Amino acid sequence: MVVPFFDLENDPGSNFTSLLRKVGLDPFSYAHSGDGQSLQAPHGTTVLAVRYNDGVVMAGDRRATMGSRIANREMEKVVAADRHSGVAISGTAGVAMDMIRIFQLQLEHFEKLDGRPISLEGKANQLSQLVRANLSGAMQGLAVVPIFAGYDLLRSTGRLWDFDVTGGRYEEREFVATGSGGGPASTVLKVGFRPGMNADEAINLACRALWEAADVDSATGGPDVLRSIYPVVATITVDGWERCEDNDLATRFESLVQQQRSQREGTTS
Amino acid sequence: MNQPFYVAPEQLMKDRADYARKGIARGRALVAVQYNDGIVVVAENTSNTLRKVSEIYDRIGFAGVGKYNEFDQLRRFGVRNADVRGYQYSRDDVEARSLANEYAQILGQTFTHDVKPYEVEILLAEVGVDQASDQLFHIMYDGTLMDERGLSVLGGDAESISERLRNSWKPDDDLGTAVKKCVSALSGPDRVLHAGDLEVAVLRRGEDRRCFQRFDDAEVAKLQE
Repeated sequence: MVVPFFDLENDPGSNFTSLLRKVGLDPFSYAHSGDGQSLQAPHGTTVLAVRYNDGVVMAGDRRATMGSRIANREMEKVVAADRHSGVAISGTAGVAMDMIRIFQLQLEHFEKLDGRPISLEGKANQLSQLVRANLSGAMQGLAVVPIFAGYDLLRSTGRLWDFDVTGGRYEEREFVATGSGGGPASTVLKVGFRPGMNADEAINLACRALWEAADVDSATGGPDVLRSIYPVVATITVDGWERCEDNDLATRFESLVQQQRSQREGTTS
Repeated sequence: MNQPFYVAPEQLMKDRADYARKGIARGRALVAVQYNDGIVVVAENTSNTLRKVSEIYDRIGFAGVGKYNEFDQLRRFGVRNADVRGYQYSRDDVEARSLANEYAQILGQTFTHDVKPYEVEILLAEVGVDQASDQLFHIMYDGTLMDERGLSVLGGDAESISERLRNSWKPDDDLGTAVKKCVSALSGPDRVLHAGDLEVAVLRRGEDRRCFQRFDDAEVAKLQE
């Protein structure tokens, strides 16, 4: 496949997906249609995002499952989309990973061609178009449901969105959690959320939500001390995307365990 | 039916080359040199929005002189080509050499077959793991492709600029020194170029992914101190 030298009529503009279609590489064309229930593909699980005073925290566990089997222990479902935004994905892992890759490329492609990044709202919109483009995949059981969050440089605030399989895009004010452990995670976030939290409190809350999700949902992985695999937790502020160190997370989960242990002892003694 | 007058191919090519050269000489020049930590491109450009130097991919930068709309079209082609290639294969498989060849093909084809040749010269720079693996491809309006060592000068008055630069440039200069040498080579003895007249960008060695970085006027002024 060769990228042609487009004339004005055929020029795909700054959009990477339209460019891929022009050169015959449509990423969302499914050759076979059929019953998706019989298809076994790895699934990713709990991901979440929380707003705090300087931006947003995004977090996600590392487990991918195939039925009741653990397919992967260190999958990264929360990644930087570009410098000031991140995307987290639950759903069919293969499709999700490719969607993340296309989304990252789309943002970079636009930035290079037009000489400036897309606005945060524009990025959310682009992602919703990708989710919509995968609708026929979703009908076959290959659904992907992302969360998008970032720092809006025009409005100087963190913002976050969740999506449905049809590409519906909903901005949330405080927090959002999706995936098989999204229910318990949401409850923890709802109870623990306070407006104007600082980064430290927001990270602790995100860790707590993942912990509780892993506690009741077998498809969500908890912190794996044995292999030193910790969830992906990252903050996005005016200074950009920053992932928390594993050492830092290890300490946070350790104190979470301590706290729960002393509560338990308190009730039994 | 009217027969066109016979024109000798030598004459035809010469006329086209003259035409393209004249167009390029009207614009201002740019230089690119290796410095101790990468490659720096310094262009004389008074516009703050219409760029001569830009990013193609992780380790690849683009610079053009001559007609803006023409080299910008070539730049867009480069970004598309690199992004599709990186998507289809891997980020490691995108390299300046193959893209430089494609540019040479496009410019050469247009020069021989179309009515009007491109009035541009372009530079494709790739920063490698060390100075020995840095690459500077200089592509002329007729598709001539040159693989240059250490430094490259594009645009009007290239010969005297290049002479001035060769006398002062050293590959292990730091960024500030390299920029100062580039600016004085561009300006010559009779002029002074300020930050507002310049466009400066680097491909910095050793970055994880995107090595390209552009400097704003304040940063350029600081480098010139």
